[in-house]
Amino acid sequence: MKTYNIYICGVGGQGIIKTSIVMGEAAMKIGKSVVMSEIHGMAQRGGVVSTELRIGQSHSPLIGDGEADLILAFEPLEALRSIEKISEDGCVVTNTAPIMPFNINDSDNKYPKMDTILKELESRSGNMYALNALEIAKKAGHILSLNMVMLGGAAAVPNFPIDRTELKESMKDNLPDKSLEINNNAFDYGFNIVNSK
Amino acid sequence: MNIKDILTAPEDENLFLLGNEAAVRGALESGVTVASTYPGTPSSEIGDILSKLAKDAGIYFEFSTNEKVALEVAAAASASGLRSFTFMKHVGVNVASDSLMSLVYSGVNGGMIILSADDPQIHSSQNEQDNRYYARLANIPMLEPSNPQEVKDLMKFGYQLSEEYQIPILMRTTTRVSHMRGTVNVDSLKKGEITGFFHKDPQRFVPVPEVARVNHRILVEKIDKLQTEANNTSLNQIFYDGREIGIITSGSAFNYMMDVVEENDLPVRVLKMTFSYPFPEDTVLEFIKDVEKVLVVEEVDPVMEKDVLAVLGKNGVDKKVHGKLDGTLPLIYEFNPEIVRHGVNKVLGIETSTKSKENEVLTLPKRPPTLCPGCPHRAIYYAIKKSIKDLNLENVIFPTDIGCYTLGIESPYEAGDYLLSMGSSIGTGCGFAKATQQKVVSFIGDSTFFHAGIPPLINAVHNKDNFLVVILDNRTTAMTGGQPHPGLPWDGMGDPAPEVSIEEIVKATGVDFIKTINPLNLKNSEKTFKQAIQHQGVSVLISKYPCMLIRNRGRKKNFVVEVTDECDKCMVCLQDLSCPAIHLTEDGSTSIDAQLCQNCSICIQACPENAIKVRKI
Repeated sequence: MKTYNIYICGVGGQGIIKTSIVMGEAAMKIGKSVVMSEIHGMAQRGGVVSTELRIGQSHSPLIGDGEADLILAFEPLEALRSIEKISEDGCVVTNTAPIMPFNINDSDNKYPKMDTILKELESRSGNMYALNALEIAKKAGHILSLNMVMLGGAAAVPNFPIDRTELKESMKDNLPDKSLEINNNAFDYGFNIVNSK
Repeated sequence: MNIKDILTAPEDENLFLLGNEAAVRGALESGVTVASTYPGTPSSEIGDILSKLAKDAGIYFEFSTNEKVALEVAAAASASGLRSFTFMKHVGVNVASDSLMSLVYSGVNGGMIILSADDPQIHSSQNEQDNRYYARLANIPMLEPSNPQEVKDLMKFGYQLSEEYQIPILMRTTTRVSHMRGTVNVDSLKKGEITGFFHKDPQRFVPVPEVARVNHRILVEKIDKLQTEANNTSLNQIFYDGREIGIITSGSAFNYMMDVVEENDLPVRVLKMTFSYPFPEDTVLEFIKDVEKVLVVEEVDPVMEKDVLAVLGKNGVDKKVHGKLDGTLPLIYEFNPEIVRHGVNKVLGIETSTKSKENEVLTLPKRPPTLCPGCPHRAIYYAIKKSIKDLNLENVIFPTDIGCYTLGIESPYEAGDYLLSMGSSIGTGCGFAKATQQKVVSFIGDSTFFHAGIPPLINAVHNKDNFLVVILDNRTTAMTGGQPHPGLPWDGMGDPAPEVSIEEIVKATGVDFIKTINPLNLKNSEKTFKQAIQHQGVSVLISKYPCMLIRNRGRKKNFVVEVTDECDKCMVCLQDLSCPAIHLTEDGSTSIDAQLCQNCSICIQACPENAIKVRKI
């Protein structure tokens, strides 16, 4: 079986690791072989956070350039930063709500315009889905459900190897009961938006 | 998954575990009853999980003041017949090494594993030292897992081996194993003895020279027998049967190697070194017999490669060995599948097709880590920088230390000039104060002060130094995720514990200028700092305010902080504070992100126009 490679990126504090665990555990529960790499430590203080998830047959959890079947970006600049990972027919699902690097005012390189980012992503992936996950999360009931909006979006891309129902089961196992309803709504919003594109 | 599943999952269940979580399960399946650590990435989650599970598991766990103490706690438990587990980041082993070297001589009774979490690529450390050298330096058997399942299984194997040979075992993980998550099929738990008994045996446990000489001989004999174990173990497995290259590999490098071989169907065979010290010479000799060339694939230093060369030399075998020493593979940083593919292709004489990168049309702004919004370190750095400017002091040296506050090296704070290791800010402060006429301000965190800051402070007082130590007491070990330390009223099991006062310790050393301040009161911070830096002798400023990640957890805000129309765009808040919650708006004024803002109020105090105000909500 071909390995399905998911590269998830964004900024520390966005719930990226939790999302990856929900995915990975769902894959495990349906009997798929899955390995994942996480980043902990210093980077989490407002820096770039990424996880790499490989579902199928592989020993190493690292995804090389040109090997990601899906880039799931919680932040648009980080989508662009990781775009070399995308495979020829890979999908990109990106949040369009930017988080400015803290030193952006002193930076020689300005934060690119959103149009520029999205155009660049589109030129690299024929399957690019952009959604404002922050606004959707607010609509779902809490900004912290942003990660489940993104998970829902991921679940809707063609060839995604885990079903919606399995992901929802895994959400139940991994998220606090009291926020499950909001998270479920967030997931559905994300799913429907990507699914309708 | 719930964290509790690590303790409660029945035999044969599959859990989706981090390497570090698997280490905890492995300890619980081995009947470990004493565990100790000082937190450090990439090992920290082991302690975080044990601190949550130890009570329910009926075992003892502590966050020790430093790695040396952690190792000593575990060593004594082992000497008393209990199974013990101590774990730390790679550089933590340096701290523990003084006791480690002697411990291997006297050996253990209850099984003991020391887990060293190495950090190739320096993701979150000050170096990428290869602790496989410690196996050679101390003569301690080494196990190298490649994935979470192996971490768990090798814990069990390690405890058996440790007890059989009465020797501690060094398990070496790397970041990519510690922080790799995968399916772990679990075994049943084992209840270990809770209370041990120490049978006195000074002829074994007190290494005066005559004892140590005997112990060294015993150790060498043990290692000799352990080499036979390593030669015969099924852990050092061979994959594939190609004849062109015999690849010897371990740890994460094994994973990359296997993916590359499977993808490309290469004419190679692979020897996975799991029980990697004592180096299994016979296994290696047998393995390379039928191959044309040898390639050693390892992270970080050419440790096994030199061992292989020695085996070949010793046995008069003439075979080409490729690896790091001949430039086939890079000498530094971690590997990935691409690097390994490139290396093996070089040996096979195949051109590596490098996927050409598309021209980057955009140069992207970087996103370095930074102090969080509301971080009390930002407040004290701001006050100190401003005071130094007010006093017209030039060339002030800022020795810094290990913790979140090391991020103060960045502009605009630039409050980090020299750093060696945990506690070095005060020791090097002594040196700078003696060697130069410059003013010296050393920064050290609360947990780091307990870890290694006290002896150098005593040194400073006794040797009549003249400099200022700022202890950044944010009431936690923040960088590694918020573990407790001796200055807090609870311990690693979550039980109430005596709070050791930093101020009282400092007083006891004889420091005559000591002030504790709330860093969020900028005026007072500036005033007190100015007194402190002008004081002759050693002065200590304790900047005490809890880490915002902990203080504001679950707190509801009842006000927001906003930039009002009175803003004259002077940019002090943006440029001098550099808080991630403050950003530039399109009209050129500043604005505060209410989501990110932690209501610390220092921007209100810093604004020269009083244009930043509180609004009740």
